[in-house]
This record gives sequence, structure tokens and C-alpha cells, in this order.
Amino acid sequence: MTGPTERLSRRARETPPSGIRRFFELAEEMDDLVSLGVGEPDFSAPWAARTAAIDSLERGRTSYTANRGRRDLRERIAEHVTRYDLSYDPDDEILVSTGASEAVDLAMRALIDPGDAVAVPQPSYISYGPTVTFSGGEVVPVETHAENDFVLTYEDLERAGADEASILVLCYPNNPTGAVMTREELAEVAEFVREHDLFVLSDEIYAALRYEDEHVSIATLPEMRERTVVFNGFSKAYAMTGMRLGYALGPSAVIDAMNRIHQYTMLSAPTTAQFAAIEALDSCDGAVEEMRREFDRRRQFVISRFNEIGMDCFEAKGAFYVFPKCPPGWEDDEAFAEALIREERVALVPGRVFGDGGEGHLRVSYASSMGELKEALNRIESFVESR
Amino acid sequence: MEAKRELLDLLLSDARQSTEDIARQLGVDAATVEKLVDELESEGAVRGYQAVVDWDSVDEEHVRAEVELNVELDRETGYEEIARRIAKFPEVASLRLISGSYDFAVDVEGESMHDVSNFVSEQIAPIPEVTQTVTHFVMRTYKERGVYFGDGDDDDRLAVSP
Ligand SMILES: Cc1ncc(COP(=O)(O)O)c(C=O)c1O
Repeated sequence: MTGPTERLSRRARETPPSGIRRFFELAEEMDDLVSLGVGEPDFSAPWAARTAAIDSLERGRTSYTANRGRRDLRERIAEHVTRYDLSYDPDDEILVSTGASEAVDLAMRALIDPGDAVAVPQPSYISYGPTVTFSGGEVVPVETHAENDFVLTYEDLERAGADEASILVLCYPNNPTGAVMTREELAEVAEFVREHDLFVLSDEIYAALRYEDEHVSIATLPEMRERTVVFNGFSKAYAMTGMRLGYALGPSAVIDAMNRIHQYTMLSAPTTAQFAAIEALDSCDGAVEEMRREFDRRRQFVISRFNEIGMDCFEAKGAFYVFPKCPPGWEDDEAFAEALIREERVALVPGRVFGDGGEGHLRVSYASSMGELKEALNRIESFVESR
Repeated sequence: MEAKRELLDLLLSDARQSTEDIARQLGVDAATVEKLVDELESEGAVRGYQAVVDWDSVDEEHVRAEVELNVELDRETGYEEIARRIAKFPEVASLRLISGSYDFAVDVEGESMHDVSNFVSEQIAPIPEVTQTVTHFVMRTYKERGVYFGDGDDDDRLAVSP
């Protein structure tokens, strides 16, 4: 008989475990751990959104919704994104998905033919590469650089041979670096995209978590709306990760194709979460602003502490991550992170996990209380000083 | 937001944190924080810094009552005057003029119920303007000045996630 392992598809066998996994396992077995390795907010969803979910359950709203998501939710999403100067028709240009994760996967499947090249700037969120591969595409890594504060430049794209690609993935504000891109910086990228006729998948899930300036979507640049799908969701801004709700905005032909796949593989996004999301968009701007302000204080705190400790940390202006360098004397981010968790019980994620350009850096999430951040930074300081 | 307002938020959440830590969070230098704190104090916006104590966890008798006071004003005596007289007692932890069916809400603290009720009947009730007192002894405190006394919210997020 063929054993279960041999039955696995080549694709499944060839999918490497995520580099985060190992640190997760190390962290799991530790007491008195302070973790700055968490990729989700430490807040709970705003109470109004939770109440709306409970209400919907009490009223027995537990059936499927329209494939594209509830019409009233799509209308509110259309209204909501006007704050970023984005304008999409709730009828056929918006798809509500099971987390932004599903929407990213749908877009890859809707746009990639076997062998198509997809340019993926790095370091970046760990899901893009595997979803490209699952769709039969080839990843073209585009390394971004610490000297540019991890902003993607025209030269980065050129150097990586991204002109061969048919799709470019963008993620700003960025996980893991916290980097953001201004309109001028995006304009360079848009120029490259138009010159080489690329299509853009722009993951803007951290759009609401911008500090110091406003989020700009690449879809608002000239001629970009027709060649861009924008992803956003409720996980980060509204602290609703477990509710699993996101959405995609784009030209109707692409959204239609994504919906065709979605209707067979998912039917519809979680109904309870859709009710929570409607309320989130209706009444939770204040709660989001409060979380954003709290994140901003922590952000400034961790950046100054890392720089004081001698771990070079650029001023990340988005999401809830900073991306300091390893201290002098440490080249290897993985060795540093491992020694730190073993000796001081502080969990960070080594930068290389997020791809080329991440080596020598560490992803630090400040989605932890000020008390925990202070404790973690004190431990890191004594670790660095003891060497 | 105005730096002073942000500073107030930080002091409210933890007044014991160092000037340096506050400065780091506000993105200003320590001298600026010192100056803003001085201003808040001299303007009377910040009146003190105190621990939030869960007396049930202290090995000592401590009794607290919330006392409702009704008063009758006359031409010479207003609320301010009565408040001044009541506020001077060290047993009075807080004193507020409130709307509704009585006039003052007074928090009284003492070592025993006897202490507290004696205080109310001997020091507060005899004040000529006071027409009625109702004493509610606190049985248990669950939350005080924003601090919940239950177990800490357990964080059930994964320790490391993408
Ligand atoms: C950049 C980025 N995109 C997408 C996601 C996943 O979002 P969702 O919870 O909406 O699936 C994450 C979560 O960490 C993320 O960091």
C-alpha cells in the first residue's frame, strides 16, 4: 500500500515549513517569555463590532451570504475607501473574502498561468511566495534595501529583472519592516509598472496604521486603477484577526474572476464577521484612532530604545513593526534571535525569514503592552551589554 | 494631539514611569517632559500621584463607605462652604457634588465599620446644614480608577505569528 506520505502531492511535499515555525516552537516551551514576535494587535475588536456579531447570532443570521459578501457591507466598504481617494462599485468591483489572505490567493489564481513570473519585493510577508507557487507561478524576488529604509525603488525592480514579470506584489505599510511609501516613491514604481505592462497586487492591510502621514494607495496614481487589485481587511485596523474578514478592490473583470473561484472554494466569507465588519465601518473610527495613537507611542518608544542600545533602527512609519539591525558583533540574525530567546526569554523574528534583504535584521512587533515592551527592551539591553 | 494632553494620558496609565520613558513615547526630550509636568502641576491639572491599592490584598483592616448626604442651603451657606467643612476630615477620601436625589457623595475610609459609622454620626451628621445621611458600606471592590482587580486578561495570541 502507498503510505500517506507518498500520497502527498509534489506541491505539498515541496512547500517548506515557514521559518517562523521554529521560533514559535522555541517560544511555546518557555515560561516568563516576553514576545515581540506577534503579528496581530494585542487589543480586542471594538466592543460595538463584537456586539453586532452577537446580535446577528441572536437573530439567527447564520446562513451563507451572497458570494461577493453582503451588499450592505460592500456599500460601506466602497464608502470607507473613499478616504484613500479610492472609488469602487459595490456591484462588481468589491469582493469580501475570508481574510485578506483568501483574497490574495484568489488574485494569484485568477491572474497567474503556469510559468508566469511574479515580482515579490523582499523582505515581505511570508505568504506571497507560496501562493504564487501554488498557482504555478515563478517568484522573482526583488530585494529592497536598508539604505532606502526598505522602500521599493525603480532601480530595485530593474536590478531584479522585474521587467520579465507579469505581476508585481506590493505591501506598504510593510510587514516585516514597517516601511511606508510616499506618493512620489510610488510614482517611480508606477512608472516601471506602466513601462513593462505589469499588473499590481497591492496588500494595504495596514493602511489605517500610518504614523506622521497619510496612506497613499498606488491605485490612485495615473493609469494604475485598471492594473491594480487592492487588498484590505479588518484584521489589523479593527483588531479582528480571528474573525477572518478581508476584501479586494479592483477592475470588474479581475474581481469577477476571483469571485468565480471563491464561489466554488469558499462560497462566502464568514457571516458573523460580516455583521461585525458593518458595525466596525459604521461606528469604530474612534476606536481605531485610539489604537493607532497607542501604537504610535509604543513605536516611538521602541525605536529610541533600540537606537540607544546600539541596534540601528530606522524610523518605520507604518503597521506595528520595526526592523532593527543586529547589534555590532552579530552578523547572523537567526543566531542572535535564538541566543536572545534562550538566554533572555525574549522572542523576536529573524529578518531572513521574510526573504532577501532581511538578513542581519530582526522583526520586532510592538503589538504588546508598554509594560511588556519596557521589560523586553531591558532584557535585550542587558543581553547586548553582557557580550 | 497636544503634547500636554498626551502626557496626561501617559501619567494616568502609569504615573511611576520614568521621565525618560515618557519622553521616548512622546518623541520629545526629557527636559521638555519635566517642563510640561511642572506646568500641569502648577496649573492645578495634576493634583497628585497615588497608588491604586486593592485593600483586600493588604493584611490590614480597611473599611470604606459611600455616604449620601442631603443638605439644606441658606442665605449664608452654599455648597462650597459645606464642602470645605467636610473635605477637611482625613477620613473623607473623596467628596463630590452630584445631581439627583441627594447632594454630596462622600467616600469615607476607616479601620472598621464602627470607625466609619461613628465618624458619620459624630462629625458629619451634626453639621447644621446636613439634613440626612445614608451610609453604604463597600463589600468588595472590583475596579478602581480604571484598574480591574481580577486576574489579568490572559493573552491567548500565539507567541510568534507571521
Ligand atoms: C501584510 C499582511 N497581509 C495579510 C495578512 C493576513 O491578513 P488576514 O488576517 O486578513 O488574512 C497579514 C497578517 O499578518 C499581513 O501581515
